[in-house]
Amino acid sequence: MKLSQLHKGDRAIIIRIETNEDLKSRLFSFGVGKGSEVSIEACSMKKQTMEIEVDGTLIGLRAEEAKEIEVEKIV
Amino acid sequence: MSAIKIVLAGQPNVGKSMLINAMSGSNGLKVGNFSGVTVEKTEVCFEHHCHMLEMVDLPGTYSIAGFSQEEKVAHNYLLNEEYDVIINVLDSTHLQRNLLLTLELLKLNKKMVLALNMADEAEKEGLEIDVKQIERIIGVPVVLVSADTKEGVEELLTRIHDVADSPYRDNSNIVYSHAFEEEVLSLSQFMDEKGFHLRDLTSREVAIRILFEDKALYQELHDEPIMMELQPRIVDSLQHIYLHHETKNMKELKSNEYLAIVRGIRMETVKCERHKSVKTLTKKIDDILINKYLGVPIFLFFMWGLFQLTFTLGAIPMDWIDGAIGAFGDWIGSTISNDFLRSVVVDGMIAGVGAVLLFLPNIIILYIGIALLETTGYMSRVAFLLDGFFHKFGLHGKSFIPLVTGFGCSVPAYMAARTLKSEKDRLITLFIIGFMSCGARLPIYVLFAGAFFGAEHAGNVLFIIYISGAILGLVMAKALRVFVFKGKDEPFVMEMPKYRFPSFFLIWHTVYNNAKSYVKKAGTFILAASVLVWVAATFPNQPILEKSYETQMVNVQNNPDELLRLSNELKMKKLENSYLGQIGKATQPFFAPLGFDWKMTVALEAGLAAKEVVVSTLSVLYAIGDEEDENSNALARELKANVSFASAMAFIVFVMIYLPCLAASLVFAKEAGGYKYLVYLFISTTITAWVLSFITYRILL
Repeated sequence: MKLSQLHKGDRAIIIRIETNEDLKSRLFSFGVGKGSEVSIEACSMKKQTMEIEVDGTLIGLRAEEAKEIEVEKIV
Repeated sequence: MSAIKIVLAGQPNVGKSMLINAMSGSNGLKVGNFSGVTVEKTEVCFEHHCHMLEMVDLPGTYSIAGFSQEEKVAHNYLLNEEYDVIINVLDSTHLQRNLLLTLELLKLNKKMVLALNMADEAEKEGLEIDVKQIERIIGVPVVLVSADTKEGVEELLTRIHDVADSPYRDNSNIVYSHAFEEEVLSLSQFMDEKGFHLRDLTSREVAIRILFEDKALYQELHDEPIMMELQPRIVDSLQHIYLHHETKNMKELKSNEYLAIVRGIRMETVKCERHKSVKTLTKKIDDILINKYLGVPIFLFFMWGLFQLTFTLGAIPMDWIDGAIGAFGDWIGSTISNDFLRSVVVDGMIAGVGAVLLFLPNIIILYIGIALLETTGYMSRVAFLLDGFFHKFGLHGKSFIPLVTGFGCSVPAYMAARTLKSEKDRLITLFIIGFMSCGARLPIYVLFAGAFFGAEHAGNVLFIIYISGAILGLVMAKALRVFVFKGKDEPFVMEMPKYRFPSFFLIWHTVYNNAKSYVKKAGTFILAASVLVWVAATFPNQPILEKSYETQMVNVQNNPDELLRLSNELKMKKLENSYLGQIGKATQPFFAPLGFDWKMTVALEAGLAAKEVVVSTLSVLYAIGDEEDENSNALARELKANVSFASAMAFIVFVMIYLPCLAASLVFAKEAGGYKYLVYLFISTTITAWVLSFITYRILL
């Protein structure tokens, strides 16, 4: 499942990030990588951007980027 | 004793600048609550315990291999410059992520101190941090500090002295994943058996670098005989590690290792008392402010409120200032007997500077608004809300930050654009910053809006002016994206800082500094410009003209109405034939289709130096034309009497769009990377301004 498919309030574990090196290292420096637990805090109109929380850090990212992050939803 | 050179490194928005301010006891550095306030390295020197401490504040960097322009500044400095100690500043409430940079800094093999900043906030959030344990793991001194309450600052300084004086650094006890550690052990054991040493590195350190494929190290090892035997062992070790991590990508592998380490350190050293499911205040506020439906309307309401306040609240002290300046001018005027001197002082200096000072209250309110936006953390939220919309226009959500700064002043806005990673996004943003009307243009709008719409509508008109400027900027951005700067979009990944209650002191500091520089400019640059305009409006002397009017006036001596008419006509004629009049008349044909008279033309041209000069020039020109009225809002009334509604609107449109002031233009050229860009900017803004004001004029005529 992709991160972009989640909704507000959902929680998930990141399994894989399939994107270019630049973005990968940017996400990594925010502490986002394989095994990180994320929760969806907010989505903007039409889900153009979403706010996620990883280890107490709130991060905003675009849906296009969220599409490239493979997650496993925690139920 | 020589000075200790200290460099502060840390991720963005951890309060490095604020910590330096706290340590040095000054307030020299600008701080805000979003990443990228510091875009250039800045140095501060001060004395502590008889040592000179030289502090270098670097822009925040998420990792040493940073990408955006300001991160490269940090990167180059850390790797290439000479310094004694690194203070690695971390946000205590986000230790895990902040430690990632620490791990990279450790690799530099420099003396280092960790400053866990915002300790007070961590305590409030119920976090308990085991400092001693972090020290044992990382191997460098760790101090809990708070730049805000100044707690721990003294201890930090003491530890810096200790570290600078001690000759060596402790080894760190960082433990990698099980598989990785196994291979490190096997490689280092082999090197120990062989009795192999490389520089002052331990065999463990060499093994770690080998496994992370450190290019420089491989080059060093290349000529060592041990490489023969080492090579097959390395290949085996790597195979094992690949298997463990399910990837062969070295970057990813390293990221996974580092993430696991920091997660481990956090679990070992940080205890959290509060339950996870409890919503933090920041999240609660976010539920409202970046709500799917309410977010954008709330933002627009805030902006509208700001401009309403700027006008309505600002109008109250404006009347007092206006009255005071008028009275001051009259008083000064009555003490000077020399006609010529009185005219220079009253019509030149006081009229010009007064017209600019009049708008100080508006400027202060606008700056308070921007400072609030910057310090509370709301700025990043707006970037988040608007990214989708901005993206459609070929802009990046992060562009919002320089653009909003542009409402204050374009100079810092141009510099703030450095936070944008992609060169194209940055250039587009630079080009449209000018469309965000800066604080110096505000007086012109306030003047015209007040004169032509009356006090009750002026606030709304201001809001419309600013919004339409912004929309125009977006359209321009789209055009640039489609026709000039084509290319791939930069991803939007941005930290949303915690909401912080703005400290009164911080706001006061920002507003005070800006207001001070505004007044200073009025007292120096604007003063000089006003005198210059006055001189150009008064000379050359025209004895023939004066003679002819004198004889005419003698003829109608008994008719006071006719006398007044003639004397005003003389003043007009004199003004028209002055240097200023000549310049205005010569260039007026260019502006005639827009309905500007030569006075407005001259004011616009003077505005190329600084936008405040537009108002002061108008004021000098109209003050000379009519001397009997020096009461409040004299200029506004003069304008309404002499300028048609259509011309006035066209004038506002032109002011909105044309080139920013000289100082801003120079910074623009520097940031964009060449004067050719300034030429493009000049041409594009002038053409757009002309065309749009032409349209405005023709529609309203």
